[in-house]
Amino acid sequence: MSPHDTPQASPLAHHFADMEQQRDSAKLGMWVFLLTEVLLFGGLFCVYAIYRAWHPEMFFNAHKQLNVWMGATNTIVLIASSVTMALAIRSMQLNQRKPAVRFIFATLALAGVFLVIKYFEYAHKIHLGQLPGKYYTFTGLEGTNPHVFFTVYFMMTGLHGFHVLCGMGAMLWLLRRIRKGEFSAEYYTPIEMTGLYWHLVDLIWIFLFPLFYLIG
Amino acid sequence: MQTAAATSYLHEPKGLKSWLFTLDHKRIGVMYLVAIMTMFLVGGVLALLIRTELLHPGRDIMGAETYNRMFTLHGAIMIFLFIIPSIPAAIGNFVLPLMIGAKDVAFPRLNLMSWYLYVFGALFSIYSIITGGIDTGWTFYTPYSITTGTSVISITTGVFILGFSSIFTGLNFIVTVHKLRAPGMSWFKMPLMVWGLYATAIVQVLATPVLGITLVLLILERLFSIGIFDPALGGDPVLYQHFFWFYSHPAVYIMILPGMAIISELVSTFSHRHIFGYKAIAFSSLGIAFLGFLVWGHHMFTSGQSETASVVFSFLTFFIGIPSGVKIFNWLATLYKGQISFKAPMLYTMSFLFLFTIGGLTGIFLGALSVDVHLQDTYFVVAHFHYVMMGGAVMALLGGIHYWWPKMFGKMYSEFWARIAAILIFVGFNMTFFTQFIMGTRGMPRRYYSYPSEFTGMHGFSSVGSYVLGLGFLIAVIYLIHSLFRGPVAPANPWGALTLEWQTSSPPPTDNFDYDPIVEHGPYDYDKIHVEPMK
Repeated sequence: MSPHDTPQASPLAHHFADMEQQRDSAKLGMWVFLLTEVLLFGGLFCVYAIYRAWHPEMFFNAHKQLNVWMGATNTIVLIASSVTMALAIRSMQLNQRKPAVRFIFATLALAGVFLVIKYFEYAHKIHLGQLPGKYYTFTGLEGTNPHVFFTVYFMMTGLHGFHVLCGMGAMLWLLRRIRKGEFSAEYYTPIEMTGLYWHLVDLIWIFLFPLFYLIG
Repeated sequence: MQTAAATSYLHEPKGLKSWLFTLDHKRIGVMYLVAIMTMFLVGGVLALLIRTELLHPGRDIMGAETYNRMFTLHGAIMIFLFIIPSIPAAIGNFVLPLMIGAKDVAFPRLNLMSWYLYVFGALFSIYSIITGGIDTGWTFYTPYSITTGTSVISITTGVFILGFSSIFTGLNFIVTVHKLRAPGMSWFKMPLMVWGLYATAIVQVLATPVLGITLVLLILERLFSIGIFDPALGGDPVLYQHFFWFYSHPAVYIMILPGMAIISELVSTFSHRHIFGYKAIAFSSLGIAFLGFLVWGHHMFTSGQSETASVVFSFLTFFIGIPSGVKIFNWLATLYKGQISFKAPMLYTMSFLFLFTIGGLTGIFLGALSVDVHLQDTYFVVAHFHYVMMGGAVMALLGGIHYWWPKMFGKMYSEFWARIAAILIFVGFNMTFFTQFIMGTRGMPRRYYSYPSEFTGMHGFSSVGSYVLGLGFLIAVIYLIHSLFRGPVAPANPWGALTLEWQTSSPPPTDNFDYDPIVEHGPYDYDKIHVEPMK
C-alpha cells in the first residue's frame, strides 16, 4: 500500500502540512470547479440571449405555455433545500451528527420534490408535442421557430436537472460517510463542498425561473 | 545522501498495479508522457501519409475521401490528444510540485482521474477511426458536421471527455500553486515555468467548459435536430463557429504558454545567467492568457460576421504581439553576455526562438483584414500554425523532455545523437513548412489531396522535408529509449540549475524531498549563488 491511501485514521492527506491547508485547498478547488460550471451554463445562457434577441415575440408567446405556479413552487423548494443544506453544515460544525443527517435527508427530499414537479411539467410538454427541433408538433403558437424556445428550455432545465441528480448522489455519499463516523467538528470539508455545489445549483435555477417563466 | 535506486519513485512500490493506481504526480506525469507520445506517433504517421500523398499531383496512395479523413484525424489527434495535454499534463505534472517544493499536487486522486479520462477520450477517438473516420476537419464546423455520414458523434464525445481531463489538470495546478508552495516560495520567487503553467491552467479552466457545452449541442443537433446550429431549422452555423473559437483560440495559448514557460527555464539555465525581466515575463504570461479570450473572431473574417466585429477582432489580435514580443526580447537579453552551452535542450530553445518568431510574425499578416481575405484557407495558414504549434510548442516540449529527462529517469542520453536529432528536426521542419508559406502566397488552398502541376516541385520538397523531420524523431526515440537501459547514471543536478527540482536526487524519492525545502534564493540567482556550470 502506498503512503497515499493510508486508512481513515487521520483525514489529513500526506502532502498537506496541516488541516487548515488541506481545507483551504479543497475550498479553492471547489470554487474553481464552480467557475467551470458557471461557464458551462454560460454557453447556454448565451444561446438563450441570442435567440431571444432574434425572436422576442416568439419567446414571449412561448413562455405562456409554461406553468408559472409549478416554476414558482420549485423555486421555493430549492431555496428551502439550500437552507437545510446550510443547517446540515452548521450541525456538523457543532459536532451534532444526528441533526446533520436529518438536514441532509431533508435536502434530499426537497430535491426529490423538485424533480417530481419537473417530471410533471416535462410530461405535459411532451404530451402536447412542445419538444425541441424537429420533434416539435404543437400548433397553437404564433411566431417564427417556436421549437427553438423549447430547445433552449429543455437544454437548460435538463442540464440543471442533471446537476440536481448529481447533487443528490453526493448527498447519499455524505450520508454513508457520516454513518461510518468520518466527519466531526474538526473535519467536515466534503459536507461544506457539497453545500457550495448545492447553492450553485439553486442559484442557477433562480436565474432560469425568471428567464423562462416570467418573460415580459 | 541516499542511493537513488533504493528510494526513487520509479522503483518503489513495484508492479504494474502500483502504476495504474498510483497517486504520485511523478508517475502520473510519466504515464501521461507515454500516452501522449503514443498519440504523437499516430498523428505523425498520419502526417507522413498526407505528405506522401502530396508528392505528386493526383492520386498517389489515397483518394480524396481518404485524404479528408487523414487530415481531419491528424488535426484532431495532434490538437486534442497531443499538444493540449502535452506540456502541462506530462512535464507540468512531473515538475510543478517539485519546482515549488511540494510533495504532490493538491488533489492526487483527481490527477489520476484526469489521466484515465484522457485514455478514455483517446479510446473514443480510436473508435472513430475504426468506424470509418471523420472528414469534417478538426473544427467540426456545422452544417457539414451535422450531415456527414462519418463518426462525428464518437469523436466529439471523445473530445468532450478530454476537455474534462484538461479542466481537472488546470484546476489541480491552480490550487497547487496557490496553496502548496514551500516556505519562502513567494510568488516572485516561483520559477517562470510555474507562472506559465499557472496562466495556462487559468485558460484551461475558463475556456474548456464552453467547448464542452458546444460539443453537447452539436451532438444533440446531430441526434435530435434541435435547431440551434442547423440553418434548416432556424439555427445559426456561424454561432457554432463563435462558440468553437471562444474555446479554441484560447486553446492556442493552452498550447503555447507552457512552451514559453519551458523556454524561460532553458534560456536562463543554459546561459548560466539570471533571467532578464523576470516580472515582465511572468506578467506577459497572464497578459497572453487574458488577451487570448478577446480575439476568437479573427478565425471568422470570411465567415460572414459583421465588418465591425472583424475590425474590432483584427485590432485586438495585434495586441497579442505585445506580450509575445516582451518574452522574446527578454529571452534574447538573457542570452546577452551569458555563458551559453549548446547542449541539446539549448538547441531546441534556439529553434524555438527562431521558429516561433516567424510563426508569430506571420500571424500579424493573417490578423490584418485585407491580407487575410487573400490568404484565408491557403497553405500560408497551414505553415503559420505549424510554425507556432510545432516550431513553438513542440520544440519547447522536446527541449523540456531533454532537460528533465535525467530528473525523470535518472539516466543521461547520448548528447551527440541528441544534437544530430535536434539539427535534423530543425532542418526538416523548415524544409517542410517554409515551402508552404510560399505555396500559400501563390494560392495553394489547404485540404486538397491534389494540386495544379506548377506546385509539384515545392510540394515534393516539402514532403522530403517531412521525411527528414521523421528521421530526426526516429533517432530521438532510439537514443532516449536506449538511455533508459544503457545510459550513464544522471547526477542530481547535471545542468547546474538553481530551481528546486534539481536539489533533490535524480530520480526523486516518492515524497520528492528527503527534507522540508525552505526557499532562500530566487530561481535564477546565478549572480548570487555559486553553482558549477555544466561542462
